[in-house]
Amino acid sequence: MSILLRSKLNRRTKEDVVFDLVNVFILTGALLLVLYPLYFILIASVSNPDRIFAGDVLFFPRELTFDGYKRIFSDSYLWMGYRNSMMYAVLGTVISLSMILPAAYALSRKDLIGRKFIILLLILTMFFEGGLVPTYLLVKNLNMIDTIWAMVLPSAIGVWNVIVSRIFFESNIPDEMREAAFIDGCSNTKFFLRIVLPLSKPIIAVMVLIHVIGNWNMFFNAMIYLNHDALYPLQIILRNILIQNEFSAQSSLLSDLESYAAQQKVSELIKYGVIFVASFPLLVIYPFVQKYFVKGMMIGAVKG
Amino acid sequence: MNVIRENALIKPIHKSGRKFSHIKKNWELYLFVLPCVLWFLVFKYVPMYGVQIAFKDFIATRGIWDSPWVGFKHFERFFNSYNFQLLLKNTLGLSLMQLVIGFPLPIVIALMLNQLTSERFKRIVQTVIYAPNFISVVVLVGMIYVFLSPSSGMVNHVIKLFGGEPIFFMGSAAWFKPLYVLSGVWQETGFATIIYLAALAGINPDLHEAAVVDGATKFKRILYIDIPGILPISIILLILAVGNMMNLGFEKALLMQTDLNKSSSSIIQTYVYEVGLVKAQYSFSAAVGLFNSIINLVLLLSVNRLARKVSETSLW
Repeated sequence: MSILLRSKLNRRTKEDVVFDLVNVFILTGALLLVLYPLYFILIASVSNPDRIFAGDVLFFPRELTFDGYKRIFSDSYLWMGYRNSMMYAVLGTVISLSMILPAAYALSRKDLIGRKFIILLLILTMFFEGGLVPTYLLVKNLNMIDTIWAMVLPSAIGVWNVIVSRIFFESNIPDEMREAAFIDGCSNTKFFLRIVLPLSKPIIAVMVLIHVIGNWNMFFNAMIYLNHDALYPLQIILRNILIQNEFSAQSSLLSDLESYAAQQKVSELIKYGVIFVASFPLLVIYPFVQKYFVKGMMIGAVKG
Repeated sequence: MNVIRENALIKPIHKSGRKFSHIKKNWELYLFVLPCVLWFLVFKYVPMYGVQIAFKDFIATRGIWDSPWVGFKHFERFFNSYNFQLLLKNTLGLSLMQLVIGFPLPIVIALMLNQLTSERFKRIVQTVIYAPNFISVVVLVGMIYVFLSPSSGMVNHVIKLFGGEPIFFMGSAAWFKPLYVLSGVWQETGFATIIYLAALAGINPDLHEAAVVDGATKFKRILYIDIPGILPISIILLILAVGNMMNLGFEKALLMQTDLNKSSSSIIQTYVYEVGLVKAQYSFSAAVGLFNSIINLVLLLSVNRLARKVSETSLW
């Protein structure tokens, strides 16, 4: 915007000044409302549980203790969950993207015969689905229960992601480019791999993020399809600790504590620490990748 | 220099021949699309076929084909069951509350953010309110449990500070709905806010300039320029939200469900899970799930038609 335009827009009436003050006030309030729970988790995870129980912990940690984190980091059961989640995140993302991106590119080609039919096929699934039990029975019949595949296949593709990717390809790969490449004897595959993909870094970034985060946070699939500890993702272990108050016998988190009271105390400390440790990776990359995410959603929102 | 047009000049008669050669030439594209289409056929369409067990007495050893047909028996059982009305009431009540509170809020916040003069503050707020979206549902509910714990939870400490009695939130049926909705708002507002902000950024600045020249206050500009500007996208998002009403995040409800708050935390989808996967009554559960899906579809179609009649925007 030109300087003249900006200064015109910034000319404020008396009511505007009041409006701006109220605006900033309310938005700052909203900011704090969102930040405080996250901040509290951080300080509580390093505070003495007695002080947490007593309610002394409000803005600063009290009686710093790293016992919670020590236990968390030395618990191999928890680390197994972490490892599994990472595996699902990577494998799941690779599988999803290798199906979504080529398909989205093919569907972005207006000269693809049968394009409308395929798109219809995909969109119909947004309106109606078979439901939990038929899907479960399918996974069972495919012998995927209690395997990695149950974690990475049933939720691999979201129609919305295909649509957004397709829109990106449609608007960013001009027909002229393709025609020129074809005249030079370039095949479809080569064109896609050597030209389209390198030009599509933004959408690839967005899709990678969406899928890594989605797979990392996935919990219900694990709950219904997995029976073995060894395959549990972090989210299931978290659920056991945070919601069912169950600490697995295989976990070393509380094993050295004799009294029930001592276990209760430490379990509180561990809960805060574990919440932090589980969300930490995502919340840390988040500010850096937010730019891509917002762009991805804007493509979807404005053009979809 | 379109290759197809060239071919057309040479062979104008054989239209199907032209199509076929085009398909052959672009065979790789069909390869690209194949895994995706296969996935949809297997993981989306096969279950749609499998939903017919809702009309049968499914016996696993016999398979879908050989299981006996029972028509609407399971549906009747569901409609006549003692908790049908409760489930319906809970599901609709929860969805409605979520819609009424959770839908306008991002609009309001986006409108406010859009008026900020400091770009940096705006970006900070935007980044921060979107952050909770990345927390998993397990962590979110875990946080709820931990904050609301009757003995050690932070919220009860504040209540005690003001002289009140600690409340056992997670054990109270009355608290389930507000907690569910408010935690949803905390987590999801950021997402929609960004979409609205994008729409607001697309509004022609000339409109605002003209308004300022005419002496309009910021508030008036919001009412007469911003709101009409984002009306189309809000309608679309509203349609999508209503269409999702019966499918609302039941993972969260499942995790927040305790024995004590079941009377308000039992929604149709948790019932489908409980009856289908825990009690293994596959046919009955499939029937309940089908009922849910159909209501969903009807809602979606109705709201879309309504939107088309009332405004010019609709999903299709």
